[in-house]
Amino acid sequence: MALSGMRGLSVFISDIRNCQNKEQERLRVDKELGNIRTRFKNEKGLSPYEKKKYVWKMLYIYMLGYDVDFGHTETVSLISAPKYPEKQVGYIVTSCILNENHDFLRMVINTVRNDIIGRNETFQCLALTMVGNIGGREFAESLAPDVQKLLISSSCRPLVRKKAALCLLRLYRKNPDVVNIEGWSDRMTQLLDERDFGVLTSVMSLFVALVSNNTDAYWNCLPKCVKILERLTRNQDIPQEYTYYGIPSPWLQVKTMRALQYFPAIEDPNIRRSLFEVLQRILMGTDVVKNVNKNNASHAVLFEALALVMHLDAEKEMMSQCVALLGKFIAVREPNIRYLGLENMSRMLLVIDVQDIIKRHQAQIVTSLKDPDISIRRRALDLLYGMCDVSNAKDIVEELLQYLSTAEFAMREELALKAAILAEKFAPDLSWYVDVILQLIDKAGDFVSDDIWYRVVQFVTNNEDLQPYAAAKAREYLDKPALHETMVKVSAYLLGEYSHLLIRRPGCSPKEIFAIINEKLATVSTATIPILLSTFAKILMHSQPADPELQDQIWLIFRKYESYIDVEIQQRAVEYFALSKKGAALMDILAEMPKFPERQSSLLKKAEDTEIDTAEQSAIKIRAQQQTSNALVVTDQPPPTNGTAPTGVGQLALVKIPNQNVDSASPDHSITPENGVISKSVSEAPASDLLVDLLGPLAIEGPPAPAVSGEQTSFPGLNATPSPVDALALAILSDQSTGVQPIGNIDERFHALCLKDSGVLYEDPYIQIGVKAEWRGHHGRLVLFLGNKNTASLSSVKALILPPAHLKMELSLVPDTIPPRAQVQCPLVVMNLHASRDVGALDLSYKFEATLVNVKLRLPAVLNKFLQPIQMTAEEFFPQWKALAGPPLKLQEVVRGVKPMLLPEMADLFASLRFAVTPGLDVNPNNLVATTSFYSETTHAVLCLVRVETDPTDRTQLRLTVASGDPTLTFELKELIKDHMVGLPMAPPVPAPLLPQPQPQPQPPSVAVASDDPGAILAGLL
Amino acid sequence: MGIRFVLLVNKQGQTRLAQYYEYLTLEERRALEGEIVRKCLTRTEQQCSFVEHRNYKVVYRRYASLFFLVGVDNEENELAVLEFIHLFVETMDRHFGNVCELDIMFHLEKAHFMLEEMVMNGCVVETSKSNILAPIQLMDKAA
Repeated sequence: MALSGMRGLSVFISDIRNCQNKEQERLRVDKELGNIRTRFKNEKGLSPYEKKKYVWKMLYIYMLGYDVDFGHTETVSLISAPKYPEKQVGYIVTSCILNENHDFLRMVINTVRNDIIGRNETFQCLALTMVGNIGGREFAESLAPDVQKLLISSSCRPLVRKKAALCLLRLYRKNPDVVNIEGWSDRMTQLLDERDFGVLTSVMSLFVALVSNNTDAYWNCLPKCVKILERLTRNQDIPQEYTYYGIPSPWLQVKTMRALQYFPAIEDPNIRRSLFEVLQRILMGTDVVKNVNKNNASHAVLFEALALVMHLDAEKEMMSQCVALLGKFIAVREPNIRYLGLENMSRMLLVIDVQDIIKRHQAQIVTSLKDPDISIRRRALDLLYGMCDVSNAKDIVEELLQYLSTAEFAMREELALKAAILAEKFAPDLSWYVDVILQLIDKAGDFVSDDIWYRVVQFVTNNEDLQPYAAAKAREYLDKPALHETMVKVSAYLLGEYSHLLIRRPGCSPKEIFAIINEKLATVSTATIPILLSTFAKILMHSQPADPELQDQIWLIFRKYESYIDVEIQQRAVEYFALSKKGAALMDILAEMPKFPERQSSLLKKAEDTEIDTAEQSAIKIRAQQQTSNALVVTDQPPPTNGTAPTGVGQLALVKIPNQNVDSASPDHSITPENGVISKSVSEAPASDLLVDLLGPLAIEGPPAPAVSGEQTSFPGLNATPSPVDALALAILSDQSTGVQPIGNIDERFHALCLKDSGVLYEDPYIQIGVKAEWRGHHGRLVLFLGNKNTASLSSVKALILPPAHLKMELSLVPDTIPPRAQVQCPLVVMNLHASRDVGALDLSYKFEATLVNVKLRLPAVLNKFLQPIQMTAEEFFPQWKALAGPPLKLQEVVRGVKPMLLPEMADLFASLRFAVTPGLDVNPNNLVATTSFYSETTHAVLCLVRVETDPTDRTQLRLTVASGDPTLTFELKELIKDHMVGLPMAPPVPAPLLPQPQPQPQPPSVAVASDDPGAILAGLL
Repeated sequence: MGIRFVLLVNKQGQTRLAQYYEYLTLEERRALEGEIVRKCLTRTEQQCSFVEHRNYKVVYRRYASLFFLVGVDNEENELAVLEFIHLFVETMDRHFGNVCELDIMFHLEKAHFMLEEMVMNGCVVETSKSNILAPIQLMDKAA
């Protein structure tokens, strides 16, 4: 009986099946959608049976990937149907097509509750399943206690209780603040005694969620889990229905072992012994059998057991047994086992003792790099990357380079990056490193990101011994036909800087170097030309007094580019030409690049970034972070106290020469150097894409250039004196205290978060704090993401919320330590009591090694977050506008000094402040009307109306009128809007010191932030 | 959460069943299904049953003309998921008898009922075939 006899539906499905192509399918679907729409319009005439039929059709259409933007009401209303078949359809289809935030769900919350607390078991199951799949906050608030009751009720049958367990799991996971789990550790011990396997399977999932959040509370459950595992592996008293190919529920076994991986260690010797007996039995007793299903199921259990053994830090003997097993697996024919062998071996790397045993399998792993299956090759690459250290780096990197030529495109970028990182981390000597990177660029130039060649330049610049070698290598590559452009860039750069060191070698005279680079000039893109021009200028500088013939050739090129369409190229050509006429002065101006400050490799940073994914921290991941594994050692990270804190800006300041030395870092660009050629700082006009990144304001972080010739000392602030934008960067250099400098402007970050709901609140070299917020009515829920950026833990982490009088704020527990590279999430619940522009603050402190850092940060729980835009028509608006007559309910002010904005920009501003802007409501096109409602606990929703009258002839002033039913609200809202219109609502402007303070102010120990940092000033204000 | 979606696709790439345990917009679903179906359908018998895609791992299995694709978290036990697919197929087989693509196509609701008994919010609820099928059998009797 197809779909319980729904003939129309079967016909429709057949029709779809018979469609010859997508176009026909679309026509058929459109026809059906039209049909359903008409039927739903005359809803009164529809029988429950018909409704059910149409709803299934809708689901079918939705499954095929077509948008179904109507009929949601009809679907949801089936939930309230009295009979099971309709109700079932309502529940199932609703959870397929709606999400937890859908408004329609609110309509049925009562029906759902009645079904859950009612006596009809089948209704209970349906309702619990839907809530378990898509239940959101409101469901948690109104249903959690009922669901908890069902789960522990003795009168409830297993079929209801198993669903209650998973329903509770969802409610708890989504809203841990709403679901009260106090006393649940005792309840869990009872629940784990459950005899019914369906209930036990579900309860185990719930248990994993609870224990992953708070291990300490559930210690008493540990023996129960071990007991369950014993019972399963001994096959004692397992109902036939729950054995799968003779194996007692492999899924429950896997889940139980997963739960055990959340306990840090097992102290009780008896429990530990019984657990190890079980694990030993699994490790030894799993044989390869013919039946695929049986084999898979038993190996699922085996792999989980391996993971648990690794977690428990078993005796070395057992560990080596595990590695031996994995070593066997990675060589078998069966691809699934091979894949999992490699994957688990990568996890095994985190166990310190066994790394050497794993290395014995290196040859086999390298073979897997050539496996016909990309999934397996990826695992092999990961594993090789993880197991690489100084002892085997040469071999492994060579293998990777070899593989690079044959690897598919999908993998090349990752491969190139990994090879570059390994070469950098474990280079036995630096010339080898240079060799590897140049080979990398040669073989896979398209996949070598700019970071990689910047990095090699940094190394060469900082190591004098390396310079002649690198230059010679670069020269060799230039002889090759068909050179990748990246190779042209790096070779030209290196030869520009260091070719004079090769001067006696054949083919390395300035003329010859120039000739060979000049050959490439015609073929490269506009991004590379500036680099070549710099090289030519440098060649000219190094060959002073210049050979007239060479000089003419180079000048000819500069002249040629003087009127080039690309601004960057044109400017360089003009500048270099002018400079090179200065003879000896050229020597100073184009002197060799100074050494780069030691900084964290941007490559390593990139590699880390790609590893960051939020979601739940799994046991394995947490473990990985707690171990100081080889793979995480950062070799070139400077000690954080040496004053040049790593700022994470890993770019090369290639154009530092014209920027710093020539144009001078004058605070404003109005000063024209006397030769009149250079009128504008290069850093203001980075035309080529390549250079944009290089010219971040922090590029000046490099060591100050030596003071140069007389004509320039007349400029104020020459000796690398910072322009205002650079004040921050230089403060780092000058500040010798343990001060930790925030990255980015705290005020700007705060301001941005006032207008959007997620982003970074604060960042410094050790920690990054992200915020994600949801607002509903007068409630708000923020999640603070505290991310440790380092390879060491952050300790003594303390977070205190300082709420203003009008907000209730509650922060969940913040862990005392944040493991290396880990991110913890701390939900913060906010409730708004009344209108106020005051803001709350977060007082956060942590310790990194010996450095204590304390920052106070404003929290973006601001007035406008409690607004919800309302669209109004003229008929609705004007009566309200008139009713709110005059102060204090309606306030008007002429605002001056407004940031000039066009009307659409202003409308955007209002939209991000959560107002609805209704165009056309005001007949004057220069005016803007915005409407919203404000939510607080005392007032609930209050309508707020705003009108802005602008003057098209003078955009710096406007008239602002704000009206609402609450005088305080009107006033606060008006001030808030003004703040946003006039400029950044922030602490009073910080007078940026033009010169770094010679003697840093002595700091109070608790406020370790530099005194000239806006953040510190803010903290002072708070 | 372990299982993020269950997808049944035939070898022409047509979706026969789709159940998501996290909300994706229609565009996201279309893109995701397109990408992973392309990836999985081109693989051979000699390749393993796991495909890494963005932040998912897709565990898949082929039965005649139908591909069963299950998206899971990276930490999920792959073989357990692989056999869970088989359990689903065996359960359908017990109900339909020699289950084939057409059975699932024309009895979409039953496939959904079974899956709903087996997985909730991405977690395994039930692995006993008779328990999974009990509600459907009750309904069939009533009809």
